[in-house]
Amino acid sequence: MTCMAVCLLFPIGITFTNSIMTAREIGINYGSIGRMDDSGFVNLKLLPDLVSFEQYYKVFVESPRFLMMFWNSVWMVMPIIAGQTLVAAFAAYAFAKLHFRGRDKLFLLYVLTMLMPFQVTLVPNYIIADRLGLMNTSSAIILPGIFAAFGVFMLRQFTMNIPYAYIEAAKMDGAGHVRIFFTIIIPMIQPGIAALIVLLFADYWNMVEQPLIFLDEPLKQPLSVFLSRINQDDRGVAFAASMLYMTPMVLLFLYAESYFIEGIQLSGIKG
Amino acid sequence: MFLAPSLIGFAIFYLIPFTAGVGYSLMDRAVGGQFVGLDNYHALLASDSFRKAAINTFWFTVVTVPVIIVISLGLAMLLNQNLYIRNVLRTAYVLPLVVPVASIIIIWQILFDWNGSLNAWLSHFGLDRVDWMKTEAARYVVMVVYLWKNVGYNIILFLAGLQQIPRDYYETADLEGAGRLRQFTGITLVYLTSTMFFVMIMSIINSFKVFRETYLIAGDYPHDSIYMLQHYMNNTFMSLDIQKLTAAATLMVGCILMIVIGLFAVERRFRQFME
Repeated sequence: MTCMAVCLLFPIGITFTNSIMTAREIGINYGSIGRMDDSGFVNLKLLPDLVSFEQYYKVFVESPRFLMMFWNSVWMVMPIIAGQTLVAAFAAYAFAKLHFRGRDKLFLLYVLTMLMPFQVTLVPNYIIADRLGLMNTSSAIILPGIFAAFGVFMLRQFTMNIPYAYIEAAKMDGAGHVRIFFTIIIPMIQPGIAALIVLLFADYWNMVEQPLIFLDEPLKQPLSVFLSRINQDDRGVAFAASMLYMTPMVLLFLYAESYFIEGIQLSGIKG
Repeated sequence: MFLAPSLIGFAIFYLIPFTAGVGYSLMDRAVGGQFVGLDNYHALLASDSFRKAAINTFWFTVVTVPVIIVISLGLAMLLNQNLYIRNVLRTAYVLPLVVPVASIIIIWQILFDWNGSLNAWLSHFGLDRVDWMKTEAARYVVMVVYLWKNVGYNIILFLAGLQQIPRDYYETADLEGAGRLRQFTGITLVYLTSTMFFVMIMSIINSFKVFRETYLIAGDYPHDSIYMLQHYMNNTFMSLDIQKLTAAATLMVGCILMIVIGLFAVERRFRQFME
């Protein structure tokens, strides 16, 4: 069991140790990658000969494009998280606590789209983005992200757990839906919101397909796409940039792990 | 009123595109086309690359999903017993889920390259090296990457399921002299049914997502054995073959729907049977 855990952590650990090697060492170790001749194996080293922050220095000072891509990622992911959480909290309240015709069928539709791979709505989405003049802007990625069904699905699960009695009591005291929503629902689903934020961050920080399709210019790409385009000469820097890219996610996860897990579990309880 | 913002956005970016997609798949051109019925589907099914992609995707899912379920259930049961190290190990298992694909791609390249570490180790034992990404072996590479990423997710779900089974069931079974295996099939599996179905659905969906890794390691045209439906769809998109793409998308949706509905039907029957 522990052995398995070590295997799972291995790639992450290696990325870290390699990010603090000197560029020279990286060059020597991985020079033969991508060459089909028998020019000798790579030398995957667990520990650096010489600890150096040279590669980080390069990322921060000499290759500003890495930082630029990093910020591209941030400016795409943040609006999606903020937007989806807000929009979803409203919709979740409607789906969980209000009664209207066709509610359950509509919700089923939401869940179904959630299960579909990105490629399914690719063409129509492309056409819509084109019509709205969003092509090649980050909005083409942010807007569909804001209205994705996942947030609604998850916050609904949390909202359902709130007893009707609270809402009835608030109504007796003359509170309207808006007031109920902000004073009862929102405070009570805070763990759900936290869980959603972590899950969304994990998902969108990872995105690859959407930027590939919707953004033409390399300079607008998020780091997730750019990192994979790195060539031989930049490999050393790539380790440092990878660490840089992974760190916010890993820290957020370690900080909010219990929410993350609660979020996954709760989405599973009533599939 | 509460639903309005979500519904409008959802309609614009998901509902309408999806319906439009189905519509395009029945026309001869996306803009101002004529209704051609199932022609696109005939063309699609006749296409070699589509068949290859569909078969690969099918087999990948059929093989990988049971494997990941067995492994993650096993690990979840082990973790469930040992409270002491459970939290640390669980963190280790779940961590890959949050690590961005792109951050790890370099490591996969280093491991699976022709001159890569895996081959270095093989040669250490006097074995021939394998061209991992350019032979049938690529299938296993993608499988390993998928397992690495998703095993934690399933473990969380199974752990939650296992903890809902009352302890006394096992104690009673112990008293009545039921063996380990009997307890596993008679109690654990039975009470995990609904968890199991959810894990299955999620594993299938996540198996489609392994495309990200495959794409980043191997590009638009990877080795035949890992050419998936998503590669096919991306490539038809790039070549602007909208009709085939929407037809393929519709077929894929149809299949996923059938799987999901099928699983729920089986679950319902199973529940009735239990009661």
